[in-house]
Amino acid sequence: MSELPGDLLYTSDHEWLRREDDGNVTIGVTDHAQAALGDLVYIELPEVGQDVEIGGDMAVVESVKAASDVYAPIDGTVVAINEGLADDPERANADPYGDGWIVTVQPSSDIDESAMLTPDAYQDLLDEEEA
Amino acid sequence: MGSKTSLYDRHVEAGARIVDFGGWDLPLHYGSQKEEHHAVRSKAGVFDISHMTIVDLKGGHVRDFLRHLLANDVGKLQDSGKALYTCMLNEDGGVIDDLIIYFMDESWFRLVVNAATRDRVLAWIRQHADAYDVTVSERAELAMIAVQGPKARELAAPSVDVEWRQPALDLRPFHSMEANDMFISRTGYTGEDGWEMVMSAAQAPAVWNRLLAAGVAPCGLAARDTLRLEAAMNLYGSDMDETISPLEAGLDWTIAWDPDDRDFVGRGPLEKMRASSARRFVGLLLEDKGVLRKHQRVVVDGVGDGEITSGGFSPTIGRSIALARLPAGDYDRAQVDVRGKLLSVRIVKTPFVRNGQVRIEV
Repeated sequence: MSELPGDLLYTSDHEWLRREDDGNVTIGVTDHAQAALGDLVYIELPEVGQDVEIGGDMAVVESVKAASDVYAPIDGTVVAINEGLADDPERANADPYGDGWIVTVQPSSDIDESAMLTPDAYQDLLDEEEA
Repeated sequence: MGSKTSLYDRHVEAGARIVDFGGWDLPLHYGSQKEEHHAVRSKAGVFDISHMTIVDLKGGHVRDFLRHLLANDVGKLQDSGKALYTCMLNEDGGVIDDLIIYFMDESWFRLVVNAATRDRVLAWIRQHADAYDVTVSERAELAMIAVQGPKARELAAPSVDVEWRQPALDLRPFHSMEANDMFISRTGYTGEDGWEMVMSAAQAPAVWNRLLAAGVAPCGLAARDTLRLEAAMNLYGSDMDETISPLEAGLDWTIAWDPDDRDFVGRGPLEKMRASSARRFVGLLLEDKGVLRKHQRVVVDGVGDGEITSGGFSPTIGRSIALARLPAGDYDRAQVDVRGKLLSVRIVKTPFVRNGQVRIEV
């Protein structure tokens, strides 16, 4: 059980968000998500410049077991994608909060942080699921 | 909470992620199914297969019984310990199960059948055994371990009693023998060399520990599935079931038509099906990125639709592969509907991988 980074926000879809200094938001899937999926074999990334909307399709992570949609947790435009991840999907298994980041999005409006989960709230969610 | 084998605690200790499999609590993997897969292809891996059903058939007419019950012919088994892969058919020619049968002596044959079909298979065998005065004993107290890979037999040999070690190493493929309280067969479900070892449930943990100490990797159900798929070995319940004949599941080679007067269960309907054009059962290689999965629709331009029966990712090849049942015809390409997109596949001659080598053109 790895510890949840304290500087991130989380969603109930098992994604994490990090606010960068320039206001952009980096997004990935949590350790819980990668463990549930197993060894990842393919990642489908969006194009840079693509608009995303909250709750809409943004990326797909695929393991031997299943394909899992990664939804956009905010409205905005994709400004960076992790090409290294596309070549080596297992980065998301090995380092889900670091090297395994998926996309960076420039938000198109203020982010409603109250709609996201703090590390404690996400941990509570995990504890409930495992019960 | 399902049934547990005598190795359950060992699995948990080794860090297994346990899942339900046909009513059994078994290891899905121990951290990385990919690493386990590669361990089997390059060195050796060990699988707990104690959930499988071992049945001993004894009596004065076992051979005659089995020549009637099974689609392959146990008449081919004349050396003690020799084994045969066969289907057991229902009266319509549909597959009740696929299994391995071992000839031990004229009064004793041993069968190993799938866990998921246990009840159906036992009931069917018992029903037919009556007329031949054959006793049917399920050996539920026995454990079974599969050690597979190029180094498997070498690393498993020290677990065999010393006086039987060399005879065990001398076993030819698809042959078996007893070694005191152990039963060893040179068979497997991975496409690599190796043994399947039967022993008492109480003996299994010590054998398991010794194998792990010798560097054999513990392997779970996930790796078992990617290995058998690469080897194009059928999985009952996915590639065939009682509504499917062996002719449409790539198993025509397991039917012994000769001698033509051997009346086996399902022969009549099977002869009729043989005369007409069966669907093709083929291997597919995905040419794009993505993963082929069971039940996905296969589209053959100008011919019709088929279905993937087993699909997944091949760690050895690094691409997705599948087995599929397709309409009859002479074609070598198709498309698969993968989550709404039509992706190109090439029909390939299986197996995809055998003895550590990729056998198809990639």
